[in-house]
Amino acid sequence: MSSVLQNLVNQPYPHGFVTEIESDVAPKGLNEDTIRLISTKKNEPGWLLEFRLKAYQQWLKMEEPKWPNVKYPKIDFQAISYYSAPKPKKLASMDEVDPELLRTFEKLGVPMNERAALAGVAVDVIFDSVSVATTYKQKLAEVGIIFCSISEAVHEHPELVQQYLGTVVPLGDNYYAALNSAVFTDGSFCFIPKGVKCPMDLSTYFRINTQESGQFERTLIIAEEGASVSYLEGCTAPKFDTNQLHAAVVELIALDNADIKYSTVQNWYAGDEKGIGGIYNFVTKRGLCKGVNSRISWTQVETGSAITWKYPSCVLRGDNSVGEFYSVALTNHYQQADTGTKMVHLGRNTRSTIVSKGISAGRSNNSYRGLVRIAPSAAGARNYSRCDSMLVGDQCGANTFPYIQVNNQSAKVEHEASTSKIGEDQLFYFAQRGIGAEEAVSMIINGFCKDVFQQLPMEFAVEATKLLGLKLEGSVG
Amino acid sequence: MIYQDSKTLLAVRGLRVTVNDIEILKGIDLTVKSGEVHAIMGPNGSGKSTFAKALAGHPAYVVTGGEVMFEGKNLFELAPEARARAGVFLGFQYPIEIPGVANSQFLRLAYNTVQAQRGKDELDPLEFDDFVREKMKLLEMNPDFLDRSVNEGFSGGEKKRNEILQMALLEPKLAILDETDSGLDIDALRTVANGVNQLATCDNAIVLVTHYQRMLNYIVPDYVHVMEGGRIIKTGGKELAVELETRGYDWVGVEYKINARPAA
Repeated sequence: MSSVLQNLVNQPYPHGFVTEIESDVAPKGLNEDTIRLISTKKNEPGWLLEFRLKAYQQWLKMEEPKWPNVKYPKIDFQAISYYSAPKPKKLASMDEVDPELLRTFEKLGVPMNERAALAGVAVDVIFDSVSVATTYKQKLAEVGIIFCSISEAVHEHPELVQQYLGTVVPLGDNYYAALNSAVFTDGSFCFIPKGVKCPMDLSTYFRINTQESGQFERTLIIAEEGASVSYLEGCTAPKFDTNQLHAAVVELIALDNADIKYSTVQNWYAGDEKGIGGIYNFVTKRGLCKGVNSRISWTQVETGSAITWKYPSCVLRGDNSVGEFYSVALTNHYQQADTGTKMVHLGRNTRSTIVSKGISAGRSNNSYRGLVRIAPSAAGARNYSRCDSMLVGDQCGANTFPYIQVNNQSAKVEHEASTSKIGEDQLFYFAQRGIGAEEAVSMIINGFCKDVFQQLPMEFAVEATKLLGLKLEGSVG
Repeated sequence: MIYQDSKTLLAVRGLRVTVNDIEILKGIDLTVKSGEVHAIMGPNGSGKSTFAKALAGHPAYVVTGGEVMFEGKNLFELAPEARARAGVFLGFQYPIEIPGVANSQFLRLAYNTVQAQRGKDELDPLEFDDFVREKMKLLEMNPDFLDRSVNEGFSGGEKKRNEILQMALLEPKLAILDETDSGLDIDALRTVANGVNQLATCDNAIVLVTHYQRMLNYIVPDYVHVMEGGRIIKTGGKELAVELETRGYDWVGVEYKINARPAA
């Protein structure tokens, strides 16, 4: 039976192909000149170059974090190319997009063109750090929503970018955030003005294409008073033998009564079954519930990357604000994940919910790490956390590291945890009812993840279900 | 019930089974014909549950000798799920909990899988809902069961009812019920036993694995087998169960040893 489990979890990566598009790649290495080069290439204003240089100076003084429960060889930051862009072209419509690129997205199953229209999704496509096409922009503009690449936003809406950039994740926040602040090449920008409910889900697909090019995206989403938006991020990367670094920063800002829902399905290349290659995904994601009654909700399905180091967090500053974190993290083979969230309660009657589901298979290691901090000012704050781990086979590991700091007597914090295992007995029970191992595992995993999948928008939930199936199912022998 | 000219469903010859390299079954012989009800009794550790699980194909139970024919075919050539689809049903002593999976979803998948195997129509969720509710009446089950996660938070009695519900849905040719009576109070026992009796036909057979005689008051066996030390050491009619209830198991073993002693 253990061989059945092994076959189940050995599924080749279906997205391992390289698109042949001419790239404009910066020489390897990181110094002030590299940063100036990026800034010049992107024709950036002086304040942004200054922001980058300041971050770089901070980064030089910092050290890589050692506390995550992951192991990897030291990263040579001088061996990475910090800028890679498809040769620039002016694009007026989708017809002008490189057909090779479109085929790539087709292979990835990205819903674009009519598919995007049918799904009601506006896709801001990021391809090796530069936005190539933005659909639906007009329609969104009619209600005053700005949805574009962050480079474009820097030029078209500099006052907004300058006002908010680095306010949630300060440029020296942590090692990788500082690195990102110094060298970020592109990303998404989204602004929902006062009182506007975004009429559709906004979606971005990221894809790392050039071998050994680091990808440093920067995402900034602002929801003004009473605004609401649901944002979807999907990631896929082709297969390379060397590890690639991905250090993104995402900042969300919700003003009074605003609502931001941020959903991710991450399927970066995880390395092969021997643990060779794969993405290092060191990401800083944080939302600030700045206004009263605001709400920020993170939902993530993490199935890829060789190493995941990621803690989508909420700072609950506004009174009565709400933070949510729903996560499924699946690791297989030699993947390592140290992921979780931080809920920082500052305002009165702030509430947070954490639901984390970790699935470990193969020889992988999966850790939940979470912080719930109730500040002295957060009277009446409440938190509920639930962390469940599931083991597939007997060579994998699962850990839970919950940190709870309560500095207000009136707060109420609950934490529940469980560990279960897909073992012989469960599969036998299904088999005895005529159900084969593949279907059984899929049903068990989907049942385990139900609380999280329910939070995903419909199309994403379907995709996530399929993805988990792909990662865990295979040739049952 | 014993019928004239009924077909042999199950023929077990010299079955030997090990678990973790320890031999538990040391040569079992048993023939079950359609329409019959067999009870396998015996003290703890005698190998009753091992026998049940080995027939169903649990991977931890390794067959080291003998053969088992089911409807004339070698049962051990079939994977566990294929045995189930062919009509071998095991009612679990400890049904497994599956958090997050709705009972209705699980039951429908099992039902449709077996239906497809038999070349019959599968049911969509609505059709299945009507169908399963009808079956649940047989076991006096609350429809709430359908929305709850499979066996999660079920009481012992609820779990056993759920097992028999699955038997009712899958309509097996051979139902092996492993300690279905354990953990049931008197009322539940009667309900479950009634359910089983209503499912018994001249075309299927039931093997009850049990410690106690009490369930046999409701489901009357045609044959009672006493298992000890991995062998069937005595076979009799329903009156044997009553005798065991009053006299215990020890005397059967003693009698077996005397009979087995080689002639001097």
